[in-house]
Order: sequence, then structure tokens, then C-alpha cells
Amino acid sequence: MTNKIRVSCDRKNLKIIRSFVTDTLLPVHLSEITLNQIILAVDEICANLIIHSNHEDSRKNLCLTIRYDQKEIIFELEDNGTPFVQANYKEPNIHDHIRTGKKGGVGVALVNRIMDKVEYDVHGSTNICRLHKYLK
Amino acid sequence: MKIKHTISDNTITISLDGELDASSSVLLDEELSNPSIMMFGKILVDCKNLNYISSAGLGVFISHLQRFEDAQIKLIFFNMQEKVRNVFEILGLDLLMTIVSSYEEAVTIAND
Repeated sequence: MTNKIRVSCDRKNLKIIRSFVTDTLLPVHLSEITLNQIILAVDEICANLIIHSNHEDSRKNLCLTIRYDQKEIIFELEDNGTPFVQANYKEPNIHDHIRTGKKGGVGVALVNRIMDKVEYDVHGSTNICRLHKYLK
Repeated sequence: MKIKHTISDNTITISLDGELDASSSVLLDEELSNPSIMMFGKILVDCKNLNYISSAGLGVFISHLQRFEDAQIKLIFFNMQEKVRNVFEILGLDLLMTIVSSYEEAVTIAND
């Protein structure tokens, strides 16, 4: 099963993406908590692409493709913004965030803890983020 | 996201209704950044109708936590749905914030 959606880089479209993930995964019969975690992980990547990679430029788009079989669900996100450099990523220290009153910076940590495999790739001007969730 | 508040003596109860994501969390941040909130000794957050929270929503609470603690303001969450509580748990925030089951429990802890 494959499903695809393309939205403009506007943070108001995050709700549309979450609904698309929910509807697409309906036949997979996930528990409420697992489904919510998966929606969250996709939402976090999309928010980062919209806000940080594409600076909320609604003339730009991002594309989400969902594929699944009996073994895993794969989410593929494509955009043409500034690529995320995984090598520069540091796990956040929540205590430091609380102490300094920092608002952001925990989204990727959530994604890494929820998903079984996270890949970032660049093909020409297209960035691809691939999230894998194994089905047990 | 709809945000309602009820005031009783030294307590403000904030009821969250809807989804807290990178778009809607701006409203909550404005609510918690309002200087008038510092007049209360207790902030109770009713999460009964909070159906979703992302890192942006968590980030709003994380960013105000120290300010409230410094001012000795108690921040207590109650009526949280299991799937929403799970998001707090993934980052260990359930150990750093006060999350209880019911309004009655929240009031008891607030008055301790």
C-alpha cells in the first residue's frame, strides 16, 4: 500500500499531514499509543522541514509518501530546503532546557526514540528523510 | 486549540481543548507568558480534551517551568489522556513535572 500527499510549507498544514497519516494507517490496526507516537514522529520531521529547512515559505512544498507491508511502515519525506545535517545533531539535555527556558530542540529526540530507523539523504536539490517503523 | 481559564482564589485552572502542535502552541505560550499569571500560586492544567501534543507544546511547558519554580508557583497537570502522557514519558518529563489523574488529586497536591 502506498499513499502520497504534497503540502505547502505552512505550519497550518501540519494538521492535514497528521490526518493523512491517521487515515492511511487505519488498516494497520495499531494501538492508540503506537499510532499517536508514529503521527508525532512524522509531525516533528514535517515541522522541522517547514520551519527550519524552508523558513515557512508557502511557495515551497514538502511531499510525504507512506508505504507499508506486514513487516514495516516507511515514511519518506522530500523537500528542497536546507538539508538537516545529522552529524551536527546533539541529544538534548532536558535539565538544561528547563534551566535556560529553551523552547525547542526536543523534536528529533522524540523521532529517534519512536522510530526504529531514521535516514537522511540528499539527491541533487532534493532532501529525503526516511523513517522506518517495524511491525512486531 | 481552545484555551479557557477559571480563577479561584490563588489558583488558575487552564483547560486545553484540541491539539498542541507547532502551529497552535503559540497561543499557549502567549497565555503562560502573560505577566498576570505570576500572581497565582497554583496553575492547574486540565488536559481532558487535549488530544495531541508535539515537541512544540512540550517546549512551551519546558520553557516556563523554571520561571514558575523560581516564583514558587505549582504547575500541576491533571486528566491527561494516556497517549498524551506517553509523549511526556518518552522524554522523561513525567518525572520532572507533576502529572496526576484527577482534579481532586491536583487540588490536594496544590494545597500541600
